[in-house]
Amino acid sequence: MEVRVEGLVKRFGRVPALAGVSHTFPAGALTAVVGPSGCGKTTLLRVLAGFVRPDEGRVWMDGRDVTDLPPQARSCALVFQNYALWPHMTVFENVAFGLRLRRLPTREVEQRVREALALVELDRVPGIEGRRPRELSGGQQQRVALARAIAVRPRLLLLDEPLSNLDAKVRHRVRVEIRALQRRTGITTVYVTHDQEEALSIADVLVVMEGGRVVQWGRPEEVYARPKDPFVAEFLGSTNVLEASVGRDGAIQPSRDGRLLFRAEDVVLLPADATPPAGSVWAKGKVVDCLFLGAVYRAYVRVLDVVVMADARSPASPGPVVLAVPADRVMDFSHQNGEGAAKETA
Amino acid sequence: MTRSLLGLAFRATVGTLVLVAILGPLTSLLIWSLAERWHWPAPFPQQLGLKYWLRMLQGDPLRALTRGVGIASVTTVLALLMSVPVSYLAARRRLPAGPLVLALFVLPQAFPQLPVFASATVLFYRWNLAGTIPGVVLIHLVGGLVYAVWTLTAAFRAVGPELEEAAVNLGASATRTFFRIALPLALPGVAASAILVFLHSLDEFNGTLLVGAPYVTTLPVYMYTASLGYELQIASVTALILMAPGVVLLLLLERFLRAEYLAFFGHL
Repeated sequence: MEVRVEGLVKRFGRVPALAGVSHTFPAGALTAVVGPSGCGKTTLLRVLAGFVRPDEGRVWMDGRDVTDLPPQARSCALVFQNYALWPHMTVFENVAFGLRLRRLPTREVEQRVREALALVELDRVPGIEGRRPRELSGGQQQRVALARAIAVRPRLLLLDEPLSNLDAKVRHRVRVEIRALQRRTGITTVYVTHDQEEALSIADVLVVMEGGRVVQWGRPEEVYARPKDPFVAEFLGSTNVLEASVGRDGAIQPSRDGRLLFRAEDVVLLPADATPPAGSVWAKGKVVDCLFLGAVYRAYVRVLDVVVMADARSPASPGPVVLAVPADRVMDFSHQNGEGAAKETA
Repeated sequence: MTRSLLGLAFRATVGTLVLVAILGPLTSLLIWSLAERWHWPAPFPQQLGLKYWLRMLQGDPLRALTRGVGIASVTTVLALLMSVPVSYLAARRRLPAGPLVLALFVLPQAFPQLPVFASATVLFYRWNLAGTIPGVVLIHLVGGLVYAVWTLTAAFRAVGPELEEAAVNLGASATRTFFRIALPLALPGVAASAILVFLHSLDEFNGTLLVGAPYVTTLPVYMYTASLGYELQIASVTALILMAPGVVLLLLLERFLRAEYLAFFGHL
């Protein structure tokens, strides 16, 4: 189901949670909405679910204006951040709730509950249907919440930070499962998260929000590689920011109006006496620290009085180095400096 | 070693004092209730017996007891019927002027009770409610509703709003959401508030005496009249009987009343 929102505005008191959001969520795709806390992403989700009525703007689902429809009349299912499983009902009753509301015959209810539990891979846990939510692990509760939502075969699936209460290992596994489940069912999905890595890895379409607006959207690779403004560039990945500009020979020079951004994984560290490779932007610096992150070593290099991050497969020893970044990997936002600086202090 | 011994001695002393404080008056009540003849200055009754207990289980006292239980039951049911919807809406902040309504329920408790009840009695005489059971129920509701509304508001507030949103999201109407999600989850709070209202009504004295006398007599009023007539034995038996449901229900209450219900008490 294609979902389109146009000019959504919602104020809580004087603070606008949504300040004019227009976007089309393509049918059958998983759209991840990402942004720092307070950017309006959860409000957007609650507007889609019908829990929040926008002050301005409209919501269309498959071309039908649903702005004034109550939550019950929208074919969308929401998975809550804390799962919101009903503690006084068993797993079966939780998943069957929406089906019984639809007055399906008992036989079909049972069958569809079993189907839903199988889709979230809970069918292999013996006796799970009769258990209460508090007897389940966090990951299992998350799956039951997901099963409860998809059991009613919604045309739109909304996920509000669904993995934030899980520990890292389980989080990665469930993330992959949600992705596979969405592919298999083809349910149009909106996935809200503050975790940029999660958003990048799971999304067909990535929407970056800030201050109640959509600042950029597109394929995750595209948004990551070509951020439209310093905020997006800084928000995605491990990004370094230098108040500097590039000289004629590629040397980085301090500059009040300059603003160069580059990611830690694009930095190459060379010996202090090496000549930087052609076509690279470079500066002299000093390694102050180096951390082992598992997959890579992250060196912290002092350059122009700030410390930047540089990732490498081998550790860097403290001391002077030449820091080089391929010129096409440097994002030059010098012309947007004023705006970016204003955002940072806000 | 010395420390733990000292601690033990301390705890033993405190424990004994507490026991004496609680059991002392109770023992005195028990002895009085069994004293068929007890002339001053003898330290113990000259004659012990169950005469007054037997007298208690027939005629007026028994009628006062059953009537009191009946009044308490009706009061409890009415208080719950009124306060469940009000508390639910107040807890969900869907009640227009919710804090004001909640404050209204405490208002009668904010003033000294006797003047409030006395002026209520005047009104009740005008409305022909004085000396009737409905009149007594009404006066018991004044205090009962305070307990009910505040505990229930807290109980409903303790039910996470997202639990209800999840039901609404799947298509449940507001009514169904209330009966399938909110009410079952707040049930311990409903039980707690029922016990509080019931006990309040059973032990209520001031209002019952003012409004009910002389036609409606509950046990506390009976006890009062008995002790005025220097029938200390009857008063003691009544006191012991009045305590029994209180103790039982308070033990039950401990199971249902969660700390967070009390934490909300007084929050508008």
